[in-house]
Amino acid sequence: MKILVLMKMVPDIVEELEVAGDGTSLDQEYLRFIVNERDDYALEQALLLRDRLQAAVAVVAPEAPEVDDVLHTALAKGADRVIKVTGISPTAGTRSTAAALAATLPGIHGVLPADLVLSGCQAIDDLDGFVAPLLAGALDLPYLGLVSRITVDPGAGTAVVAKEYAGGVMARFEVALPAYLGIQGCEKPPRYVPIAKVRAAMASGGIEVVAAASPPAAPPLEVTAMAKPEAAGHAEMLEGPVRDVAEKVADILAARGLL
Amino acid sequence: MAGNVWVVADHWKGTISDATYELLAVGRGVADSLGVRLEAVLLGHEARQLAASLGTADTVLYVDHPTLADATGLQASRAVAALASQRAPAVILVATTNVSWDLLGLLPGRLGAPLVNFCRKVEVIDGALQVTSVLYGGKMAVTVAAAGPGPVVLAVLPGTGSAAAGLGAAPPPVEEVSVDLAGDVGVRLLAYEEPEAGDVDITQQEALVAVGRGISSEANLEVAEDLADALGGAVCGSRPVIDQGWLPLVRQVGKSGVTVKPRLYVAAGVSGAPEHVEGMKDSELIIAVNTDAGAPIFSVAHYGIVDDATDVLEALAEAVRKRKG
Ligand SMILES: Cc1cc2nc3c(=O)[nH]c(=O)nc-3n(C[C@H](O)[C@H](O)[C@H](O)COP(=O)(O)OP(=O)(O)OC[C@H]3O[C@@H](n4cnc5c(N)ncnc54)[C@H](O)[C@@H]3O)c2cc1C
Ligand SMILES: Nc1ncnc2c1ncn2[C@@H]1O[C@H](COP(=O)(O)O)[C@@H](O)[C@H]1O
Repeated sequence: MKILVLMKMVPDIVEELEVAGDGTSLDQEYLRFIVNERDDYALEQALLLRDRLQAAVAVVAPEAPEVDDVLHTALAKGADRVIKVTGISPTAGTRSTAAALAATLPGIHGVLPADLVLSGCQAIDDLDGFVAPLLAGALDLPYLGLVSRITVDPGAGTAVVAKEYAGGVMARFEVALPAYLGIQGCEKPPRYVPIAKVRAAMASGGIEVVAAASPPAAPPLEVTAMAKPEAAGHAEMLEGPVRDVAEKVADILAARGLL
Repeated sequence: MAGNVWVVADHWKGTISDATYELLAVGRGVADSLGVRLEAVLLGHEARQLAASLGTADTVLYVDHPTLADATGLQASRAVAALASQRAPAVILVATTNVSWDLLGLLPGRLGAPLVNFCRKVEVIDGALQVTSVLYGGKMAVTVAAAGPGPVVLAVLPGTGSAAAGLGAAPPPVEEVSVDLAGDVGVRLLAYEEPEAGDVDITQQEALVAVGRGISSEANLEVAEDLADALGGAVCGSRPVIDQGWLPLVRQVGKSGVTVKPRLYVAAGVSGAPEHVEGMKDSELIIAVNTDAGAPIFSVAHYGIVDDATDVLEALAEAVRKRKG
């Protein structure tokens, strides 16, 4: 059984975000990148399946700042192959990205066909679509998103997956393999890997590098402005030493009959 | 002639979602400004009666097919794409709910149409569609000129319009249309699973103390519990806290969790991502604590405190206890 995991880097929103001089994009200068949170869950799902079945896990991620760390970490966690694709800009947009991945993946030896293709669900910068279902469509695989548990029956060639609905309700679906699943959660949080193991993976230089095939780029959306959101309202800020602030809040609660 | 405005009706377990009525309210405005018709697209099996409340639309296009009963998005997107290629709408509004998620993701690929995600505002300016979307967990807004030779799909965040304004007064005319959905899509619903019932039902609490990733460690939950105790309420959390296993799933507030409207909602270390906010924005009084003065939660909160979550919760518990004597 083969599992392909797709990962990507996104801006770390814990940092202050600034608009670039063009007025329509993020200032890249101060951006820090981290892996899209849900992609770590996709990797964890793949590794859990690998631990339970005879499966090989390959990870593919486009070149971006800090991506080598993420790929080395994936190796240290137990991925069998990690592959960095050059030539897909982190700001390319989802439609272009999906087209580029669809053109590139079949040419990477031994990656496709995979029984399962996994990636995260909705990155925080996905303005013009979702990469995963677009790519699933291009690869002609059935797609189910918001998946948070997977059990595979290799004999039957099927998987049973749990998909999230509102209120914590899950729906169990049977999915014929091969399939593409968008991962939202996992039965357990992503595993921790000691830094020494990541260093060892780094020293082994295990990242394969592949140049993207270049399909015609999808026209991007026309973004005319970017700015910090204009809020309909803003909280009245309470300032001062924490004890004073707590007293002010208690006053507010008392005035509203909440105490 | 310009194409019409479509709203894809989002429904689950026999109920039309509020997000659908919000879309109808938004869509009504867009259609009127463009001088075109507003049409609702209802997909399902033996679900025609759901059209009755969609009267804000001029017409309901209803597709009935057994494989649309438990819409997985695979068949639903085929149905909408097939209809759209026959009727060429200008705009297709879809709510960003878990029910419509796969439909949304798959539709642009099937139609070869552009999609604008995270839509917070949809306007018509000088006859052209202009959309405002929030990116980066609500920290940036972009304005997009949404024009296409063909239809444009808009993924609209719940909470964008007024559900009350979109609820139809009288049943609209329903046109039943058929599309070819033959062939196995490889996905079959087995069953729904309700979450394990918890000790408390957070939808029934008057006061909620919500903790987010900013609470930093499981040990700090104790402080939140203590404040909840003092207030006579309960602790709930954002997704990362539930993902870590610090709180059970029934305590998650937001898109995949529950929607709450307590009299008091204290959000500590919660950034205010749209998926969290849609589950708590209608709380009567919202007090947010966050170390980042730019956190989006401060635009939905009534009162804000820029400080460490644990410190504030601790001090607040003490102040509350003192008042209560
Ligand atoms: C389909 C889908 C469904 C989703 N459903 C849900 C859902 O139901 N519920 C939900 O919550 N999310 C949901 N999400 C996830 C959502 O997008 C956000 O990722 C999530 O809400 C972020 O949680 P958070 O605010 O706790 O964490 P973060 O966004 O990481 O924010 C942490 C905050 O803590 C602050 N902070 C850090 N340290 C401190 C400190 N010492 N004191 C005070 N503040 C501090 C930071 O400034 C930051 O603002 C969903 C996402 C998707 C795609
Ligand atoms: N350029 C890319 N390379 C590899 N994987 C990607 C890329 N873009 C998106 N993905 C994957 O698809 C996931 C979901 O993105 P999306 O489908 O766009 O919401 C991401 O979290 C990644 O796992």
